[in-house]
Amino acid sequence: MSNITPLPLADWIDAFVEWLTQAEFIFGPLTDFIGYLISGFEWFFGIFPPWLLLLIMVGLTFWFAGRKIGLTVFVLLGLLLIWNLGYWEDMVLTLAIVLTAGVISIVIGVPMGIWMSRSSAVEGAIKPVLDFMQTMPAFVYLIPAVAFFGIGMVPGVVASVIFAMPPTIRFTNLGIRQVPTEIIEASEAFGSTGNQKLFKVQLPMAKTTIMAGINQTIMLALSMVVIASMIGADGLGTAVYFAVGRNDVGGGFEAGLAIVIVAIILDRLTQGIGASKRK
Amino acid sequence: MAKIQVEDLTKVFGKRPSRAIKLLEQGKSKDEILEETGCTVGVNRTSFSVEAGEIFVIMGLSGSGKSTLVRLLNRLIDPTEGSVWVDGDDLARMDDKGLRKIRREKMSMVFQQFGLFPFRTILDNVAYGLEIQGLEEEEKKKKADEALQLVGLGGYGNMYPDELSGGMQQRVGLARALAADTDILLMDEAFSALDPLIRKEMQDELLELQGRMKKTIVFITHDLDEALRLGDRITIMKDGRIVQIGTPEDILQHPADDYVAKFVEDVDRSKVFTAEAVMKRPEVLTIDKDGPRVALQRMKKEGISSLYVTNKDRTLLGIVHADEVSDLVEQGSEDIRSVLHEDVPTVQKDTVVKEMIELLTYKNTPVAVIDEENKIVGIVVRGSVMALLSGKEVSAVE
Repeated sequence: MSNITPLPLADWIDAFVEWLTQAEFIFGPLTDFIGYLISGFEWFFGIFPPWLLLLIMVGLTFWFAGRKIGLTVFVLLGLLLIWNLGYWEDMVLTLAIVLTAGVISIVIGVPMGIWMSRSSAVEGAIKPVLDFMQTMPAFVYLIPAVAFFGIGMVPGVVASVIFAMPPTIRFTNLGIRQVPTEIIEASEAFGSTGNQKLFKVQLPMAKTTIMAGINQTIMLALSMVVIASMIGADGLGTAVYFAVGRNDVGGGFEAGLAIVIVAIILDRLTQGIGASKRK
Repeated sequence: MAKIQVEDLTKVFGKRPSRAIKLLEQGKSKDEILEETGCTVGVNRTSFSVEAGEIFVIMGLSGSGKSTLVRLLNRLIDPTEGSVWVDGDDLARMDDKGLRKIRREKMSMVFQQFGLFPFRTILDNVAYGLEIQGLEEEEKKKKADEALQLVGLGGYGNMYPDELSGGMQQRVGLARALAADTDILLMDEAFSALDPLIRKEMQDELLELQGRMKKTIVFITHDLDEALRLGDRITIMKDGRIVQIGTPEDILQHPADDYVAKFVEDVDRSKVFTAEAVMKRPEVLTIDKDGPRVALQRMKKEGISSLYVTNKDRTLLGIVHADEVSDLVEQGSEDIRSVLHEDVPTVQKDTVVKEMIELLTYKNTPVAVIDEENKIVGIVVRGSVMALLSGKEVSAVE
């Protein structure tokens, strides 16, 4: 084997990325746009004093996640703990990153999923790309993200989107394809247009499945928070990252616990919104 | 002109339909074509027409192409060849816009598994067609509510489909189709998923509704009894082809081939045939004209022991029996009214034979068939009923 020259795959990719970074006219505005989104969320959360935001989050969980008393009490205690440990600011930043990544994933992912559901050719083409996006180690996305978007929150969001978007696309596609033929036929037989069929029948029928995908996406985005902290995306992840660097078990555990609490809240909330209110 | 006119309608599923079509024209069978081209022939060059206001039943076993055929009628499936003329427009060659217009205004559909939208309330389900037609909110509600009343589900508008039983769900399906107020109703195995008692109830209700609304109904079923009960005309399909089209009586009496004959073999004929099919021309006595002697002579000539008595305009008055008339003659009386029995068994022309059997069993006289004005149009004797039930040809009055 030693006689065979290895393919210069790494060089090619470097060259390609180098070439791409020239396209400042694309990445400049994109960076700005994502930056605005993050700041928007940050600003929004900043409006409320911590105690009010805390109460709002507890209220939302109670309202959307099936009015479970136990869960609500847990969320209340968890958020109080985060506040008490001094991670409130970090948590807000993390929420801003996760929500930005989530919103971008939904805005791109749902239409992609719809497109995929309409044509088997498109499905066949996109599926391997999604597999690629999900199986490539998440760290790898950090490198081009830095190349295109520099250091900070924005590349963190970009890397999160790439890593977290596939479930939304997949589940949207799946949800629409799973609608029983007869129901589609019923909608067509009454003379629905393509859009009427989509918005009046397919999307409502697929809603639960799509929400399961969005739930997955949010969870994956949250899991990227720690990884993205390596390229300067601030928040709870940074606290964990620094603790690892300093071999600070206690601090790392605190920050990690905060992430877990946020994860549980986001998970129950998105699941709750997805579940049909009518049983 | 026919409401729906189908000409040479063909559907081939698969990648190379044009080759399959060629083979079809050469008269190759469905299996041979599948073998050679990998294409499945769904519907094979069928032609028929459906008249306005009739219930046209398409009957066949699974795989016969009946479900494909009904979906070709509103182009849920695109035909490979042929035409579907609806009120003079060819659906097969219509653009999407025209097709949607036809679907909104001319034909609606009822599905085997009901095809209801689980996330919509019953009222919103029924209103779906109207919503697509673009009706105002208020009118939509009103019409949907009327349709629900019509199928007897007036109070259920705010419930959801999964809260109703199967039979009720299909009523909703029917109401949704009726609400759209189209001339044509396509019903794809609409009652097949229901249990037998509910199915029969729905059939009765459909017939009752049809009596009032006079829609043009194309009804798909695999159940021969259902076909015979509902159909004004029945089409029997096999392997994508039409084997026979005819009235229920036609199909029972003159099966086109062995397949149909075998199919109809076990049918309870007494439920299908009506008095009209088995009645004979009545020998009657006109009361003001004929006396006892004429009566006796007529009975002797016909070899019968009783005779129906009518007015000059053939209004049925009663029956006289040979022994009593003969007594009358011996007494020298002319008063035929004195031996007239007014209590006679009568049926209408459309009474099914099954309902006459009891009348024929316990009385030794033929049953009189009368019209709406109580005029006698025929008589039914035991012999012709037995011949009919045994599957033999019967001679109806012309």
